[in-house]
Amino acid sequence: MTIVEPRATKTKSRQKSVGRKLSPVLVVIVGAALVVTLTYVLPPFRNYQLATIGAYLCVTAGLTVLTGLNGQLSLGHGALMATGAYTLALWQNKFDQLLPGIVLAVLVTTAVGAIIGLAAARLRGPYLAGLTLAVAVVVPSITSTFDGTFNSDQGLSVALDPPPGVIPVEQWQAWICWAAALLTALVLAYLIRGRFGRDLRAVRDDETAAKLAGVGVARTQVLAFVVSAACAGLAGALFAVLAQSVSPGAFPLTLSLFLVMAIVIGGLGRLSGALIGAFLLVALPSVAQSIAEDAGSQHLEGNLALTFFGVVLVLVMLAAPGGLASLRLRRRNRKSHA
Amino acid sequence: MDRFLYLTFDGLSRGAVYAAFALALVLIWRAARIVNFAQGAMAVATAYAGYSVTSATGSYWLGFAVAIVGGLVLGAVVERVVMRFVDHSSPLNGVVVALGLVLIIQGVLGMIYGNEFRPAEAPFSRDAFQIGGVALLSRYDLFVFAAVGAVVVLLTLLFTRTSTGLRMRAAAFAPDVSRLLGVPVGGMLTLGWALAAAVGSLAGMLVIPTELGLHPNAMDLLFISAFTAAVLGGLDSPVGAVVGGLVVGLVLTYVSGYFGANVAPMAVLILLVVVLLGRPDGLFSKARARTA
Amino acid sequence: MTELLEVEGLTAGYGAAPVLHDVTLSVGEGRIVAVLGANGAGKTTLLRTVSGLLPATAGRVVFDGRDLRGVKVERMVRYGIAHVPEGRGVVTELTVDENLRLGGLWRKEKPSLTEIYDLFPPLASRRNHLGHQLSGGERQMLAIGRALAAKPRLLLLDEPSLGLAPKITGQIMALLRDLRDRTGLAVLLVEQNVRSALSIADEGVVLNLGRVAARQKADVLADDADLRHAYLGF
Repeated sequence: MTIVEPRATKTKSRQKSVGRKLSPVLVVIVGAALVVTLTYVLPPFRNYQLATIGAYLCVTAGLTVLTGLNGQLSLGHGALMATGAYTLALWQNKFDQLLPGIVLAVLVTTAVGAIIGLAAARLRGPYLAGLTLAVAVVVPSITSTFDGTFNSDQGLSVALDPPPGVIPVEQWQAWICWAAALLTALVLAYLIRGRFGRDLRAVRDDETAAKLAGVGVARTQVLAFVVSAACAGLAGALFAVLAQSVSPGAFPLTLSLFLVMAIVIGGLGRLSGALIGAFLLVALPSVAQSIAEDAGSQHLEGNLALTFFGVVLVLVMLAAPGGLASLRLRRRNRKSHA
Repeated sequence: MDRFLYLTFDGLSRGAVYAAFALALVLIWRAARIVNFAQGAMAVATAYAGYSVTSATGSYWLGFAVAIVGGLVLGAVVERVVMRFVDHSSPLNGVVVALGLVLIIQGVLGMIYGNEFRPAEAPFSRDAFQIGGVALLSRYDLFVFAAVGAVVVLLTLLFTRTSTGLRMRAAAFAPDVSRLLGVPVGGMLTLGWALAAAVGSLAGMLVIPTELGLHPNAMDLLFISAFTAAVLGGLDSPVGAVVGGLVVGLVLTYVSGYFGANVAPMAVLILLVVVLLGRPDGLFSKARARTA
Repeated sequence: MTELLEVEGLTAGYGAAPVLHDVTLSVGEGRIVAVLGANGAGKTTLLRTVSGLLPATAGRVVFDGRDLRGVKVERMVRYGIAHVPEGRGVVTELTVDENLRLGGLWRKEKPSLTEIYDLFPPLASRRNHLGHQLSGGERQMLAIGRALAAKPRLLLLDEPSLGLAPKITGQIMALLRDLRDRTGLAVLLVEQNVRSALSIADEGVVLNLGRVAARQKADVLADDADLRHAYLGF
């Protein structure tokens, strides 16, 4: 792996990066315009789905950074979303100030993410997966342990002010979610294009080489975890707003697995992949539900989506001969075999 | 003191189940160098099959046998049809594929059986009987000890005394060299998966009657506990799996007994963190080059 | 006259560039053929292609009249080919006895290992030791013993002298010569230690950059100073 880039590439990438530096802002502006237009055109239920995609995009973007760019597989981001959601719920029920509530949710989840990230930085492969899996399974049960605060399985409702003016609720939700999503995408886009992104990839591709090049491996990995946790906390808070309630049943293990699936299928390492993943997370269950309704079976609902996701995930992994590595779309120098 | 003794035996009984499940994980790790994250879901699936047979025929033991055989078949199928085609150059690939299988299995089970808890009866009484005036063990506990003990003995005999066992170990330790000596490495891998899954199914059938009931997610926490046990003992050590299983069983039972059952999952997580950070190679593992 | 092993026009390699180019050689029944050459000449690749670990891109390998193309590695030992790979391949987690048993497993009737233990007394005294507890010389004996337990007609042996003291190398070469004389074992011997190899070989094949540079009777090769200087370094 080359540590010093040859001259020719440097000039090219500088040109490209100037061009690229313009485009995240452009993309966000265009995206915002698109979303706003859509919200005036779509019926309320579709607006709600649009809002959900936006909320998912926050967490899938963060996971793309963590797993796609930095190579750490986390199976516990559903639990981090739950942390953000419950924080918002508890805050809203006391103070009913949405924006500070969301900020607090992000901060609390970031702190939790830092703790997990510190532990995770020393782990690799199946050990990291196992730890984060344990987090995903165990954290929802905290609601039962401290059921005074968290009200156990029934969960909490979230107090929310109605939208300003005569804007319908779903439209307002879509605006909130996409404002957050686009902001997240913008921040992440800049982080990725800079030194942070290079460090992430360097550590993922070859830890030893990265260390030799002066990259702080553990620090990079913890930062990646923290960033993705912040995104998950944001997404969780948005989920609480959308559902106007929180409960452990809304954040099961399968949610964490869905998130992994979403970024794998969307294509690791690119924010556009995160968008595809977020879209699939809303579209596929919706399709599954209409199939289930037509079939008239209650069992089908939800479970069909699960099965579908699983099949797609297995097929994608088998079809991509390099597995996760080949799904990263940026060109890499092939390492020659010894 | 009485309570402590009672909890100790209860912990050993739970620990025996964790030991069996951890053995299943270790078997596959030794054979294929991957952690089978789908093991819990596979065990639940065979448990459902077993209990369906039991309700249809009225015989628990027939259902039990069906579950174990189902494990053999499911393990072989998963290896041949899915795992064989995964690019194992990165350990994460096997994990992600296994998770896909978890989704598929849980989804299919939910579609067929629904997501409510189904009652699952134990074949023996779970009431503790008295030894020297203290309620210590139940018939069911004895059954669990006997079953897990039998599995450990049979597996040990298989691996140390039989040609097939030698082939399996050689295929796992040194696949290329084994091929040169005529060992069908691919077949041995399939056999390894089949055995591991059967052991996992046994563990599943042993634990289900002690839980709330049969449910597609019933083994999630069991997987975490067994994974913790396997890591504690060292992923490549079968002895470690058994010791680790008993330790985890005891720890969880003491925590539940003295601090309440709600705290138990947290205890698992904390234990796992401690093990992963403190001694990630486990207590019994011997990291060594496999051929020389 | 067809020999036991015939290699014709063999081309093989890893990835884009072939390592072996158009290699032709043969090993007769009860003959020792030494394969010599510098590092990277393709000697190990040659053995791996013969035993099937590496597929050939062109040419063929015929053993006892049977074309080995497409034959799975696991079947080779049944036909009578035993390959002791580079690095010996002693399975370190298994005992000496288990390693030896592994050699004979493919046979319907499991062979008695007394013959092997008689050939290698040091192994007999360490039969329950694990592979990683053996010295280099003992491991070489174990690897060869394991291959012999498979009762082969052709032994593919990759650098047996590597890392061994001269005395042990001498013992192993003497053993090979003895086996050839007593049992008619054929050996395709890859060696860096040219003197030892040529001292027991009937024929020598010199590989250079993947091609056959010379193919001669062993005593002729040993006497040909020019050839030795050019390809073998002495």
